[in-house]
Amino acid sequence: MANITMTVNGKSVSGEVEGRTLLVDFLRTDLRLTGTHVGCDTSQCGACTVHVDGIAVKSCTMLAAEADGADVSTIEGQANADGSLSAIQAAFQEHHGLQCGFCTPGMVMAAADLLKKNAKPTEAEVRHHLEGNICRCTGYHNIVKAIMAASGQDVSQLAAE
Amino acid sequence: MPKDSGIGASSKRREDVRFLTGQGQYTDDINIHGQTYVHFVRSDVAHGKINSIDTSAAEAMPGVVRIFTGADFEGIGGLPCGWQVTDRHGEAMKEPAHPVLAQGKVRHVGDPIAAVIAESLEQARDAGEALNIDIEELPAVVDMKAALSEGSATVHDDLGDNLCYDWGFVEENKGAVDEAIKNAAHVTTLELVNNRLVANPMEPRVAVGDYNRANDESTLYTTSQNPHVIRLLMGAFVLGIPEHKLRVVAPDVGGGFGTKIFHYAEEAFCTFAARQINRPVKWTASRSEAFISDAHGRDHVTKIELALDADNNFTAVRTETLANMGAYLSTFAPSVPTWLHGTLMAGNYKTPLIYVNVKAVFTNTVPVDAYRGAGRPEATYQLERVIDKAARELGVDPIALRRQNFITEFPYATPVAVEYDTGNYVATMDKLEEIADISGFEARRKASEANGKLRGLGVNCYIEACGIAPSNLVGQLGARAGLYDAATVRVNATGSISVMVGAHSHGQGHETAFPQVVAEMLGIDESMIEIVHGDSSKIPFGMGTYGSRSIAVCGSAMVRATEKIINKAKKIASHLLEASEADIELKDGQFTVAGTDKSCAWGDVTLAAYVPHNYPLDNIEPGLEETAFYDPSNFTYPSGAYACEVEVDPDTGKVTVERFSAADDFGNIINPMIVTGQVHGGLAQGIGQALMENCAYDENGQLLSASYMDYAMPRASDVPFYAVDHSCQTPCTHNPLGVKGCGEAGAIGSPPSVVNAVVDALQSAGHNVTHIDMPVSPSRVWAAMNS
Ligand code: FES
Ligand code: FES
Repeated sequence: MANITMTVNGKSVSGEVEGRTLLVDFLRTDLRLTGTHVGCDTSQCGACTVHVDGIAVKSCTMLAAEADGADVSTIEGQANADGSLSAIQAAFQEHHGLQCGFCTPGMVMAAADLLKKNAKPTEAEVRHHLEGNICRCTGYHNIVKAIMAASGQDVSQLAAE
Repeated sequence: MPKDSGIGASSKRREDVRFLTGQGQYTDDINIHGQTYVHFVRSDVAHGKINSIDTSAAEAMPGVVRIFTGADFEGIGGLPCGWQVTDRHGEAMKEPAHPVLAQGKVRHVGDPIAAVIAESLEQARDAGEALNIDIEELPAVVDMKAALSEGSATVHDDLGDNLCYDWGFVEENKGAVDEAIKNAAHVTTLELVNNRLVANPMEPRVAVGDYNRANDESTLYTTSQNPHVIRLLMGAFVLGIPEHKLRVVAPDVGGGFGTKIFHYAEEAFCTFAARQINRPVKWTASRSEAFISDAHGRDHVTKIELALDADNNFTAVRTETLANMGAYLSTFAPSVPTWLHGTLMAGNYKTPLIYVNVKAVFTNTVPVDAYRGAGRPEATYQLERVIDKAARELGVDPIALRRQNFITEFPYATPVAVEYDTGNYVATMDKLEEIADISGFEARRKASEANGKLRGLGVNCYIEACGIAPSNLVGQLGARAGLYDAATVRVNATGSISVMVGAHSHGQGHETAFPQVVAEMLGIDESMIEIVHGDSSKIPFGMGTYGSRSIAVCGSAMVRATEKIINKAKKIASHLLEASEADIELKDGQFTVAGTDKSCAWGDVTLAAYVPHNYPLDNIEPGLEETAFYDPSNFTYPSGAYACEVEVDPDTGKVTVERFSAADDFGNIINPMIVTGQVHGGLAQGIGQALMENCAYDENGQLLSASYMDYAMPRASDVPFYAVDHSCQTPCTHNPLGVKGCGEAGAIGSPPSVVNAVVDALQSAGHNVTHIDMPVSPSRVWAAMNS
């Protein structure tokens, strides 16, 4: 067992974990931050995406102990300080970029990562960036549209509907 | 002008806020004080005899609470099958026992043998490794044709052979169909495989069983599309728990696509074990476990013949299908290749004679059951592929051949026992030609050629039967349940409303769309109405969500219950306004006396109902709450026309979908934004089936595609933006909203046009390729081009 301390969504947290405990399990089970989801066991689906020290990471692929001392943000920390939806979250709602909601936290975290690196991504860049995030519900159309809209681009002409 | 509320408005989804902020409550997010964790030890061979299970070493491992094996379930019911098919000779299908934990034999990789309950999941897994299980491997039955051959090993020794049923439909037509095919001017024959798929909702299945000894009540939290169906099947047939002592809760559910309809062993196990050990028991499937325990979909091998007369009119269709059932009969498995498939073989066409033969086969593979579309994609795929092949053989335009044979008059009674109430196949095809810019295709083909790519265009139509179903009809066909639905509308004293519905929302947006209907009927704001679903202790007995039935069946129940509310509210209003009931009108949330300026508000009436001081208590009960059950009188028949344009890379065989267009007729539409999203999702699944997804077994029954490393899920870069239109609307004539359902159309309608497009691309480049089986992978395309 190891004692770990990290910042999660701006708050300092600590806990005692086994060496084999994954970051996602620490978040979900110890911290009860159940917004981060587990959709696979081969690091393919991206439902578990969080940011560790500003970089998007699949939290099913990282040990909790590796995040000792890190600054972690999860879906629970994405809304604005007044509780209103962030620009990305609001765009997902506006453009119906989610259905069952299970992939959604990972999609929002992946989108935030993309827009930090590329303020105005093209359709192809968005699709490429989502390579590690699987959604079974939306067919991706409205997710891509929402992310482009969140970057301030006019999406009204993107596709005939 | 698009509306901004009520029926027809693209109201933004209210459920989104909780999902976007990480506040959803999925089953795995539920943790009960004192809960234990169960790990299922599953068979790693496809077929074997269990000689012994020694649990002693495992029982001594740290944290182990209890270990269960098949012996603990002797005398307890097995998992029931909800549909009995009668074969061509009037015999009932063969129905094997399906124990919760394997007894005597294991029959597929993933069959649960033992269940280890421990204080933590890691401890349960560690102890699972220490179990000593002696299994004698037996020859595996995998290929369906081999399974039916003389001398094949049998999946269920007590059944004699591997044939579940041999179904003929319509059996009386067989002779006439054979005759018509013999005498036809032209017959096109196609043999094809409808590839086995795994539904793969992104949330793996989870079950949490809880038991309260104080009142002898069991609760199951589960990832289900239909909590009441699970309560009925598990309570009555497996565990013998009466309904009032059993609560089933399906909270937020992360996608279903059919595979979360069925009652699974893990649900029964967790409920059973929680009583035995008097502690909560939690099971969370890993994705690898989902691949070997969720019911799979499709897996048909078909030969179809289409007969035409000298004028290219369709005269007959004859099909022979082998349908894989897997090792056991999952809840609705027998209905999928029969009543959900054979009845759709007329498609959109006035073919007068049709005969469908289906042999359902047991194999040592995971059970196969309904997956998005369930039987209807299989029907659509073979019919729309064979029509395309016929057009090419005859040298006629595939769209023209379809148009020539369209059904144009409604209602239309098909030769396969269903009656289409409405439709307009010409209109959806016209709309498709417009949105897909079919006339611009040749120019796009030239542009692709200039880039060294082969471009192809594929078109198809589809028809589906949704809104399952008239209970008396499906009862005659073998269903062991009624298929109505129910809604309770509870108006509160201050005028807000809770609507308790039998349908379950796991992505479909019911919490947003259902209030739009009630708001429209009452003329009040949508935000005053909330939907309650998913908890058998809160909702009336409804059958849940599948088969695109929620709005058509449960929505109709909600309309009927709201009508009862309006009737009673008008009585109360007539008392308050001292007017005759016949003169009371309800508009925009105001009750008025016709022809006067006397009125009272919705809230005045609801308050009077609960504070009945000035109230006609002699004639009317206080309160304002009504329930309705709705049993549909027919299926609904959404239809449409789809077009796909692909580019094929001649060097690698890789196919990319460049354009996809869908023109659907869903009848009336409640929320166009949600409907469009449903079509998008279905299209991605259909394109996935056509190009990428394949659930593959080797000859020993080992599942080769058991993770996302091997099973190719469509990703964002595999699909284009889609063009979706649902402006062609022929309202359903037999339900109060005129709705047809939209959840499965995309998955039903898309695979044939993708494959038609690939064949078109290859033929246009001079390759003599008439068919490639799905998934149309680069290696298959390359092989076809170079054969
Ligand atoms: S759960 Fe982490 S990638 Fe799937
Ligand atoms: S919204 Fe359901 S998986 Fe993406």
